[in-house]
Amino acid sequence: MAGVGGWRLPAMVRLTLLWLAVCVACARGLYFHIGETEKRCFIEEIPDETMVIGNYRTQMWDKQKEVFLPSTPGLGMHVEVKDPDGKVVLSRQYGSEGRFTFTSHTPGDHQICLHSNSTRMALFAGGKLRVHLDIQVGEHANNYPEIAAKDKLTELQLRARQLLDQVEQIQKEQDYQRYREERFRLTSESTNQRVLWWSIAQTVILILTGIWQMRHLKSFFEAKKLV
Amino acid sequence: MPRWAAAAGRWGWRLPALLPEITFELPDNAKQRFYEDIAPGTACALEFQVITGGHYDVDCRLEDPDGKVLYKEMKTRYDNFTFTASKNGTYRFCFCNEFSTFTHKTMYFDFQVGEDPPLFPSENRVSALTQVESVSIHEALKSVTDYQTHVRLREAQGQSRAEDLNTRVAYWSVGEAFVLLVVSIGQVFLLKSFFSDKRTTTSRVGS
Repeated sequence: MAGVGGWRLPAMVRLTLLWLAVCVACARGLYFHIGETEKRCFIEEIPDETMVIGNYRTQMWDKQKEVFLPSTPGLGMHVEVKDPDGKVVLSRQYGSEGRFTFTSHTPGDHQICLHSNSTRMALFAGGKLRVHLDIQVGEHANNYPEIAAKDKLTELQLRARQLLDQVEQIQKEQDYQRYREERFRLTSESTNQRVLWWSIAQTVILILTGIWQMRHLKSFFEAKKLV
Repeated sequence: MPRWAAAAGRWGWRLPALLPEITFELPDNAKQRFYEDIAPGTACALEFQVITGGHYDVDCRLEDPDGKVLYKEMKTRYDNFTFTASKNGTYRFCFCNEFSTFTHKTMYFDFQVGEDPPLFPSENRVSALTQVESVSIHEALKSVTDYQTHVRLREAQGQSRAEDLNTRVAYWSVGEAFVLLVVSIGQVFLLKSFFSDKRTTTSRVGS
Protein backbone atom coordinates (compact mmCIF):
# COMPACT_ATOMS: atom_id res chain seq x y z
CA MET A 1 0.00 0.00 0.00
CA ALA A 2 2.39 2.71 -1.19
CA GLY A 3 1.22 6.29 -1.13
CA VAL A 4 2.31 9.23 -3.27
CA GLY A 5 6.05 9.57 -3.76
CA GLY A 6 6.76 6.06 -2.41
CA TRP A 7 5.80 6.97 1.20
CA ARG A 8 4.32 3.93 2.92
CA LEU A 9 2.01 4.06 5.88
CA PRO A 10 3.35 2.47 9.03
CA ALA A 11 2.32 -1.17 9.42
CA MET A 12 0.18 -0.45 12.47
CA VAL A 13 -1.81 2.25 10.66
CA ARG A 14 -2.33 -0.07 7.70
CA LEU A 15 -3.54 -2.78 10.01
CA THR A 16 -5.87 -0.40 11.84
CA LEU A 17 -7.41 0.76 8.57
CA LEU A 18 -7.87 -2.79 7.41
CA TRP A 19 -9.37 -3.79 10.74
CA LEU A 20 -11.84 -0.91 10.56
CA ALA A 21 -12.77 -1.93 7.02
CA VAL A 22 -13.29 -5.48 8.20
CA CYS A 23 -15.44 -4.28 11.10
CA VAL A 24 -17.58 -2.29 8.69
CA ALA A 25 -17.86 -5.40 6.57
CA CYS A 26 -18.85 -7.32 9.70
CA ALA A 27 -21.66 -4.85 10.33
CA ARG A 28 -22.95 -5.54 6.83
CA GLY A 29 -23.88 -9.14 7.57
CA LEU A 30 -27.14 -10.94 6.88
CA TYR A 31 -29.99 -9.92 9.15
CA PHE A 32 -33.68 -10.65 9.72
CA HIS A 33 -36.51 -9.49 11.96
CA ILE A 34 -38.22 -11.39 14.73
CA GLY A 35 -41.03 -10.54 17.11
CA GLU A 36 -40.51 -10.16 20.81
CA THR A 37 -41.54 -13.66 21.85
CA GLU A 38 -40.82 -15.33 18.54
CA LYS A 39 -38.34 -18.16 18.35
CA ARG A 40 -36.26 -18.57 15.23
CA CYS A 41 -34.48 -21.85 14.60
CA PHE A 42 -31.75 -22.75 12.18
CA ILE A 43 -30.47 -26.16 11.25
CA GLU A 44 -26.86 -27.04 10.70
CA GLU A 45 -26.19 -30.45 9.23
CA ILE A 46 -22.62 -31.14 10.25
CA PRO A 47 -20.26 -34.09 10.57
CA ASP A 48 -18.69 -35.33 13.78
CA GLU A 49 -16.21 -33.24 15.81
CA THR A 50 -16.92 -30.02 13.95
CA MET A 51 -16.76 -26.67 15.66
CA VAL A 52 -19.52 -24.15 15.02
CA ILE A 53 -19.24 -20.51 16.01
CA GLY A 54 -22.22 -18.18 15.85
CA ASN A 55 -22.01 -14.41 16.13
CA TYR A 56 -25.12 -12.33 16.52
CA ARG A 57 -26.02 -8.72 17.16
CA THR A 58 -29.49 -7.48 17.99
CA GLN A 59 -31.07 -4.09 17.56
CA MET A 60 -34.41 -3.04 18.94
CA TRP A 61 -37.05 -1.14 17.02
CA ASP A 62 -37.84 2.25 18.50
CA LYS A 63 -41.51 3.00 17.82
CA GLN A 64 -41.24 6.74 18.42
CA LYS A 65 -38.23 7.39 16.21
CA GLU A 66 -39.24 4.58 13.80
CA VAL A 67 -35.65 3.45 13.56
CA PHE A 68 -33.58 0.59 14.87
CA LEU A 69 -31.48 1.65 17.84
CA PRO A 70 -27.76 0.97 17.31
CA SER A 71 -27.36 -0.92 20.58
CA THR A 72 -29.68 -1.72 23.45
CA PRO A 73 -28.14 -2.70 26.76
CA GLY A 74 -30.30 -5.04 28.80
CA LEU A 75 -31.61 -6.86 25.78
CA GLY A 76 -31.01 -10.58 26.12
CA MET A 77 -31.10 -13.46 23.70
CA HIS A 78 -31.44 -17.07 24.71
CA VAL A 79 -29.53 -19.50 22.54
CA GLU A 80 -30.40 -23.19 22.59
CA VAL A 81 -28.59 -25.84 20.57
CA LYS A 82 -29.90 -29.39 20.22
CA ASP A 83 -28.03 -32.34 18.75
CA PRO A 84 -29.57 -34.81 16.25
CA ASP A 85 -30.91 -36.97 19.12
CA GLY A 86 -32.78 -34.02 20.63
CA LYS A 87 -30.39 -33.62 23.53
CA VAL A 88 -29.62 -30.05 24.51
CA VAL A 89 -25.96 -29.25 23.84
CA LEU A 90 -26.00 -25.57 24.72
CA SER A 91 -28.64 -23.51 26.47
CA ARG A 92 -27.47 -20.11 27.56
CA GLN A 93 -28.57 -16.56 27.86
CA TYR A 94 -26.39 -13.95 26.20
CA GLY A 95 -26.53 -10.18 25.95
CA SER A 96 -27.72 -8.13 23.01
CA GLU A 97 -24.49 -8.98 21.24
CA GLY A 98 -22.90 -12.35 21.66
CA ARG A 99 -21.00 -15.28 20.40
CA PHE A 100 -21.80 -18.93 21.00
CA THR A 101 -19.63 -21.95 20.27
CA PHE A 102 -20.23 -25.65 20.30
CA THR A 103 -18.60 -28.77 18.92
CA SER A 104 -20.65 -31.60 17.51
CA HIS A 105 -20.14 -35.08 18.97
CA THR A 106 -22.66 -36.85 16.75
CA PRO A 107 -23.04 -36.23 13.03
CA GLY A 108 -26.39 -34.91 11.83
CA ASP A 109 -28.89 -32.09 12.11
CA HIS A 110 -28.13 -29.71 14.93
CA GLN A 111 -30.81 -27.17 15.69
CA ILE A 112 -29.82 -23.68 16.82
CA CYS A 113 -32.72 -21.70 18.28
CA LEU A 114 -32.70 -18.04 19.21
CA HIS A 115 -35.33 -16.14 21.09
CA SER A 116 -35.47 -12.99 23.08
CA ASN A 117 -36.72 -13.09 26.62
CA SER A 118 -35.93 -9.61 27.70
CA THR A 119 -38.48 -8.25 30.17
CA ARG A 120 -38.00 -4.74 28.79
CA MET A 121 -39.61 -5.86 25.56
CA ALA A 122 -42.90 -6.41 27.40
CA LEU A 123 -43.31 -2.63 27.61
CA PHE A 124 -43.25 -2.27 23.84
CA ALA A 125 -46.29 -3.98 22.41
CA GLY A 126 -45.51 -5.51 19.04
CA GLY A 127 -41.80 -4.90 19.44
CA LYS A 128 -39.53 -5.95 16.66
CA LEU A 129 -35.94 -7.02 16.84
CA ARG A 130 -33.35 -6.94 14.10
CA VAL A 131 -30.91 -9.82 14.47
CA HIS A 132 -27.63 -9.92 12.57
CA LEU A 133 -26.52 -13.51 12.44
CA ASP A 134 -23.37 -15.15 11.22
CA ILE A 135 -22.76 -18.88 11.68
CA GLN A 136 -19.38 -20.30 10.77
CA VAL A 137 -18.79 -24.02 10.54
CA GLY A 138 -15.63 -26.10 10.52
CA GLU A 139 -12.52 -24.46 9.16
CA HIS A 140 -14.39 -21.16 8.58
CA ALA A 141 -14.56 -20.93 12.37
CA ASN A 142 -10.77 -20.83 12.71
CA ASN A 143 -9.17 -17.52 13.50
CA TYR A 144 -6.06 -17.65 11.32
CA PRO A 145 -4.26 -14.52 12.48
CA GLU A 146 -4.59 -15.81 16.05
CA ILE A 147 -3.25 -19.22 15.03
CA ALA A 148 -0.36 -17.56 13.22
CA ALA A 149 0.46 -15.51 16.29
CA LYS A 150 0.20 -18.45 18.68
CA ASP A 151 2.25 -20.94 16.64
CA LYS A 152 4.53 -18.32 15.13
CA LEU A 153 3.85 -19.26 11.51
CA THR A 154 5.05 -17.58 8.37
CA GLU A 155 2.56 -16.71 5.63
CA LEU A 156 3.33 -19.83 3.66
CA GLN A 157 2.90 -22.00 6.75
CA LEU A 158 -0.36 -20.28 7.57
CA ARG A 159 -1.63 -20.85 4.05
CA ALA A 160 -0.61 -24.50 4.29
CA ARG A 161 -2.40 -24.76 7.64
CA GLN A 162 -5.55 -23.34 6.10
CA LEU A 163 -5.39 -25.85 3.25
CA LEU A 164 -4.84 -28.67 5.74
CA ASP A 165 -7.88 -27.56 7.75
CA GLN A 166 -9.96 -27.44 4.60
CA VAL A 167 -8.89 -30.93 3.59
CA GLU A 168 -9.61 -32.23 7.09
CA GLN A 169 -13.11 -30.79 6.92
CA ILE A 170 -13.63 -32.40 3.51
CA GLN A 171 -12.53 -35.70 4.99
CA LYS A 172 -15.01 -35.35 7.86
CA GLU A 173 -17.77 -34.56 5.41
CA GLN A 174 -16.92 -37.67 3.40
CA ASP A 175 -17.11 -39.79 6.56
CA TYR A 176 -20.46 -38.24 7.31
CA GLN A 177 -21.51 -39.06 3.75
CA ARG A 178 -20.68 -42.71 4.38
CA TYR A 179 -22.74 -42.67 7.58
CA ARG A 180 -25.67 -41.07 5.73
CA GLU A 181 -25.50 -43.59 2.92
CA GLU A 182 -25.62 -46.43 5.44
CA ARG A 183 -28.60 -44.84 7.17
CA PHE A 184 -30.37 -44.50 3.82
CA ARG A 185 -29.61 -48.11 2.99
CA LEU A 186 -31.05 -49.24 6.35
CA THR A 187 -34.23 -47.26 5.75
CA SER A 188 -34.62 -48.75 2.27
CA GLU A 189 -33.96 -52.26 3.59
CA SER A 190 -36.55 -51.74 6.30
CA THR A 191 -39.13 -50.60 3.73
CA ASN A 192 -38.30 -53.60 1.59
CA GLN A 193 -38.74 -56.00 4.49
CA ARG A 194 -41.97 -54.37 5.57
CA VAL A 195 -43.47 -54.56 2.10
CA LEU A 196 -42.47 -58.22 1.82
CA TRP A 197 -43.78 -59.37 5.20
CA TRP A 198 -46.96 -57.37 5.13
CA SER A 199 -47.83 -58.65 1.65
CA ILE A 200 -47.39 -62.22 2.89
CA ALA A 201 -49.34 -61.46 6.08
CA GLN A 202 -52.21 -59.89 4.17
CA THR A 203 -52.43 -62.78 1.73
CA VAL A 204 -52.54 -65.19 4.68
CA ILE A 205 -55.22 -63.11 6.42
CA LEU A 206 -57.22 -63.03 3.19
CA ILE A 207 -57.04 -66.81 2.73
CA LEU A 208 -57.84 -67.51 6.39
CA THR A 209 -60.80 -65.14 6.49
CA GLY A 210 -62.05 -66.61 3.21
CA ILE A 211 -61.92 -70.14 4.65
CA TRP A 212 -63.56 -68.98 7.87
CA GLN A 213 -66.31 -67.20 5.93
CA MET A 214 -67.14 -70.26 3.86
CA ARG A 215 -67.17 -72.61 6.85
CA HIS A 216 -69.22 -70.28 8.97
CA LEU A 217 -71.76 -69.64 6.25
CA LYS A 218 -71.96 -73.34 5.36
CA SER A 219 -72.72 -74.28 8.98
CA PHE A 220 -75.18 -71.39 9.20
CA PHE A 221 -77.08 -72.45 6.08
CA GLU A 222 -77.04 -76.10 7.17
CA ALA A 223 -78.53 -75.04 10.48
CA LYS A 224 -81.23 -73.13 8.63
CA LYS A 225 -81.83 -76.15 6.38
CA LEU A 226 -81.16 -74.14 3.21
CA VAL A 227 -78.32 -76.31 1.94
CA MET B 1 6.75 -13.98 14.07
CA PRO B 2 5.36 -11.27 11.79
CA ARG B 3 4.28 -8.18 13.71
CA TRP B 4 0.98 -7.97 11.87
CA ALA B 5 0.02 -11.42 13.10
CA ALA B 6 0.80 -10.59 16.71
CA ALA B 7 -1.19 -7.37 16.54
CA ALA B 8 -4.17 -8.96 14.79
CA GLY B 9 -4.16 -11.87 17.21
CA ARG B 10 -4.18 -9.51 20.18
CA TRP B 11 -7.17 -7.62 18.91
CA GLY B 12 -9.09 -10.86 18.29
CA TRP B 13 -9.47 -9.90 14.67
CA ARG B 14 -11.83 -12.28 12.99
CA LEU B 15 -12.54 -12.71 9.31
CA PRO B 16 -16.22 -12.18 8.51
CA ALA B 17 -17.87 -15.01 6.61
CA LEU B 18 -19.16 -13.46 3.44
CA LEU B 19 -20.90 -16.71 2.50
CA PRO B 20 -23.67 -17.12 5.01
CA GLU B 21 -25.39 -20.41 4.41
CA ILE B 22 -28.45 -21.04 6.45
CA THR B 23 -30.85 -23.95 6.75
CA PHE B 24 -34.16 -23.16 8.40
CA GLU B 25 -37.74 -24.32 8.65
CA LEU B 26 -40.39 -22.43 6.76
CA PRO B 27 -43.80 -23.08 8.36
CA ASP B 28 -46.91 -23.42 6.20
CA ASN B 29 -48.58 -20.16 5.16
CA ALA B 30 -45.50 -18.24 6.19
CA LYS B 31 -42.88 -16.10 4.56
CA GLN B 32 -39.38 -15.49 5.77
CA ARG B 33 -37.46 -12.35 4.84
CA PHE B 34 -33.75 -11.75 5.01
CA TYR B 35 -31.88 -8.51 4.48
CA GLU B 36 -28.33 -7.64 3.58
CA ASP B 37 -26.58 -4.33 3.09
CA ILE B 38 -24.50 -4.48 -0.07
CA ALA B 39 -22.09 -1.95 -1.55
CA PRO B 40 -22.47 -1.17 -5.27
CA GLY B 41 -20.32 -3.13 -7.67
CA THR B 42 -20.24 -6.27 -5.53
CA ALA B 43 -20.87 -9.52 -7.33
CA CYS B 44 -23.44 -11.55 -5.41
CA ALA B 45 -24.94 -14.99 -5.79
CA LEU B 46 -28.06 -16.40 -4.18
CA GLU B 47 -28.59 -20.14 -4.25
CA PHE B 48 -31.44 -21.92 -2.54
CA GLN B 49 -32.91 -25.40 -2.36
CA VAL B 50 -35.93 -26.91 -0.68
CA ILE B 51 -34.81 -29.94 1.31
CA THR B 52 -37.97 -31.46 2.76
CA GLY B 53 -41.69 -30.86 2.73
CA GLY B 54 -44.65 -31.14 0.38
CA HIS B 55 -43.78 -30.84 -3.28
CA TYR B 56 -40.37 -29.41 -2.41
CA ASP B 57 -41.19 -26.03 -3.93
CA VAL B 58 -41.14 -22.47 -2.67
CA ASP B 59 -41.62 -18.92 -3.98
CA CYS B 60 -38.55 -16.72 -3.93
CA ARG B 61 -38.23 -13.01 -4.53
CA LEU B 62 -35.14 -10.78 -4.46
CA GLU B 63 -35.53 -6.99 -4.39
CA ASP B 64 -33.03 -4.16 -4.55
CA PRO B 65 -33.07 -1.16 -2.16
CA ASP B 66 -35.61 0.70 -4.34
CA GLY B 67 -38.03 -2.22 -4.32
CA LYS B 68 -37.32 -3.27 -7.88
CA VAL B 69 -37.69 -7.02 -8.24
CA LEU B 70 -34.41 -8.49 -9.46
CA TYR B 71 -35.45 -12.11 -9.30
CA LYS B 72 -38.81 -13.76 -8.86
CA GLU B 73 -39.68 -17.42 -9.21
CA MET B 74 -42.82 -19.21 -8.11
CA LYS B 75 -42.86 -22.81 -6.93
CA THR B 76 -39.20 -23.56 -7.58
CA ARG B 77 -37.29 -26.43 -6.08
CA TYR B 78 -33.79 -25.18 -6.62
CA ASP B 79 -32.17 -22.19 -8.26
CA ASN B 80 -29.00 -20.17 -8.49
CA PHE B 81 -29.10 -16.45 -9.24
CA THR B 82 -26.08 -14.17 -9.70
CA PHE B 83 -26.17 -10.42 -9.97
CA THR B 84 -23.98 -7.39 -9.45
CA ALA B 85 -25.27 -4.86 -6.97
CA SER B 86 -25.81 -1.58 -8.79
CA LYS B 87 -27.16 0.43 -5.86
CA ASN B 88 -25.99 0.93 -2.32
CA GLY B 89 -28.43 -0.16 0.33
CA THR B 90 -30.43 -2.99 1.79
CA TYR B 91 -31.26 -5.85 -0.53
CA ARG B 92 -34.20 -7.99 0.55
CA PHE B 93 -35.01 -11.55 -0.32
CA CYS B 94 -38.02 -13.47 0.73
CA PHE B 95 -39.06 -17.12 0.71
CA CYS B 96 -42.81 -17.69 0.71
CA ASN B 97 -44.66 -20.84 1.57
CA GLU B 98 -48.08 -19.24 1.55
CA PHE B 99 -49.52 -21.55 -1.08
CA SER B 100 -49.00 -24.53 1.21
CA THR B 101 -51.79 -25.24 3.67
CA PHE B 102 -50.24 -27.78 5.97
CA THR B 103 -46.73 -28.72 4.93
CA HIS B 104 -43.87 -26.87 6.50
CA LYS B 105 -40.66 -26.97 4.58
CA THR B 106 -36.98 -27.08 5.38
CA MET B 107 -34.96 -24.77 3.18
CA TYR B 108 -31.33 -24.12 2.54
CA PHE B 109 -29.88 -20.99 1.03
CA ASP B 110 -26.51 -19.41 0.67
CA PHE B 111 -25.98 -15.80 -0.24
CA GLN B 112 -22.49 -14.96 -1.33
CA VAL B 113 -21.55 -11.29 -1.23
CA GLY B 114 -18.29 -10.30 -2.83
CA GLU B 115 -15.07 -12.23 -2.74
CA ASP B 116 -13.50 -13.91 0.26
CA PRO B 117 -11.27 -11.55 2.24
CA PRO B 118 -7.54 -12.24 1.95
CA LEU B 119 -5.97 -14.28 4.69
CA PHE B 120 -3.23 -11.75 5.23
CA PRO B 121 -3.49 -7.98 5.45
CA SER B 122 -0.64 -7.42 3.04
CA GLU B 123 -1.23 -9.81 0.20
CA ASN B 124 1.37 -8.15 -2.02
CA ARG B 125 4.16 -9.57 0.12
CA VAL B 126 3.26 -13.06 -1.00
CA SER B 127 5.60 -14.55 -3.56
CA ALA B 128 4.45 -15.81 -6.95
CA LEU B 129 4.62 -19.43 -5.80
CA THR B 130 2.24 -19.10 -2.88
CA GLN B 131 -0.04 -16.79 -4.80
CA VAL B 132 -0.68 -19.20 -7.63
CA GLU B 133 -0.45 -22.57 -5.97
CA SER B 134 -2.01 -21.95 -2.59
CA VAL B 135 -4.79 -19.70 -3.89
CA SER B 136 -5.75 -22.07 -6.68
CA ILE B 137 -5.63 -25.08 -4.35
CA HIS B 138 -7.78 -23.11 -1.92
CA GLU B 139 -10.28 -22.32 -4.67
CA ALA B 140 -10.33 -25.96 -5.82
CA LEU B 141 -10.97 -27.15 -2.26
CA LYS B 142 -13.72 -24.59 -1.91
CA SER B 143 -15.44 -26.00 -4.97
CA VAL B 144 -15.05 -29.52 -3.53
CA THR B 145 -16.78 -28.34 -0.36
CA ASP B 146 -19.47 -26.78 -2.52
CA TYR B 147 -20.10 -30.07 -4.34
CA GLN B 148 -20.21 -31.88 -1.02
CA THR B 149 -22.89 -29.47 0.18
CA HIS B 150 -24.95 -30.16 -2.93
CA VAL B 151 -24.63 -33.91 -2.46
CA ARG B 152 -25.58 -33.56 1.19
CA LEU B 153 -28.72 -31.58 0.36
CA ARG B 154 -29.85 -34.04 -2.31
CA GLU B 155 -29.18 -36.92 0.05
CA ALA B 156 -31.24 -35.20 2.75
CA GLN B 157 -34.12 -34.99 0.29
CA GLY B 158 -33.75 -38.67 -0.60
CA GLN B 159 -33.56 -39.68 3.05
CA SER B 160 -36.69 -37.75 3.94
CA ARG B 161 -38.63 -39.39 1.09
CA ALA B 162 -37.36 -42.84 2.07
CA GLU B 163 -38.43 -42.33 5.68
CA ASP B 164 -41.85 -41.08 4.55
CA LEU B 165 -42.26 -44.18 2.40
CA ASN B 166 -41.22 -46.42 5.27
CA THR B 167 -43.79 -45.01 7.70
CA ARG B 168 -46.49 -44.91 5.05
CA VAL B 169 -45.95 -48.60 4.22
CA ALA B 170 -46.25 -49.48 7.92
CA TYR B 171 -49.44 -47.50 8.52
CA TRP B 172 -51.03 -48.58 5.26
CA SER B 173 -50.32 -52.27 5.87
CA VAL B 174 -51.71 -52.25 9.40
CA GLY B 175 -54.71 -50.24 8.27
CA GLU B 176 -55.41 -52.50 5.33
CA ALA B 177 -55.15 -55.68 7.42
CA PHE B 178 -57.58 -54.20 9.91
CA VAL B 179 -60.04 -53.13 7.20
CA LEU B 180 -59.79 -56.59 5.63
CA LEU B 181 -60.71 -58.32 8.88
CA VAL B 182 -63.54 -55.91 9.67
CA VAL B 183 -65.03 -56.21 6.18
CA SER B 184 -64.79 -60.01 6.07
CA ILE B 185 -66.38 -60.51 9.47
CA GLY B 186 -68.92 -57.77 8.80
CA GLN B 187 -69.96 -59.33 5.49
CA VAL B 188 -70.71 -62.65 7.14
CA PHE B 189 -72.82 -61.17 9.91
CA LEU B 190 -74.67 -58.91 7.50
CA LEU B 191 -75.48 -61.88 5.30
CA LYS B 192 -76.65 -63.82 8.32
CA SER B 193 -78.92 -60.97 9.31
CA PHE B 194 -80.62 -61.06 5.85
CA PHE B 195 -81.51 -64.71 6.26
CA SER B 196 -82.70 -64.65 9.84
CA ASP B 197 -85.66 -62.31 9.09
CA LYS B 198 -86.93 -63.89 5.90
CA ARG B 199 -86.74 -67.41 7.26
CA THR B 200 -90.29 -68.43 6.50
CA THR B 201 -90.37 -67.09 2.90
CA THR B 202 -87.02 -68.66 1.94
CA SER B 203 -87.85 -72.06 3.37
CA ARG B 204 -91.08 -72.12 1.31
CA VAL B 205 -89.08 -71.29 -1.82
CA GLY B 206 -86.47 -73.92 -0.96
CA SER B 207 -88.84 -76.86 -0.39
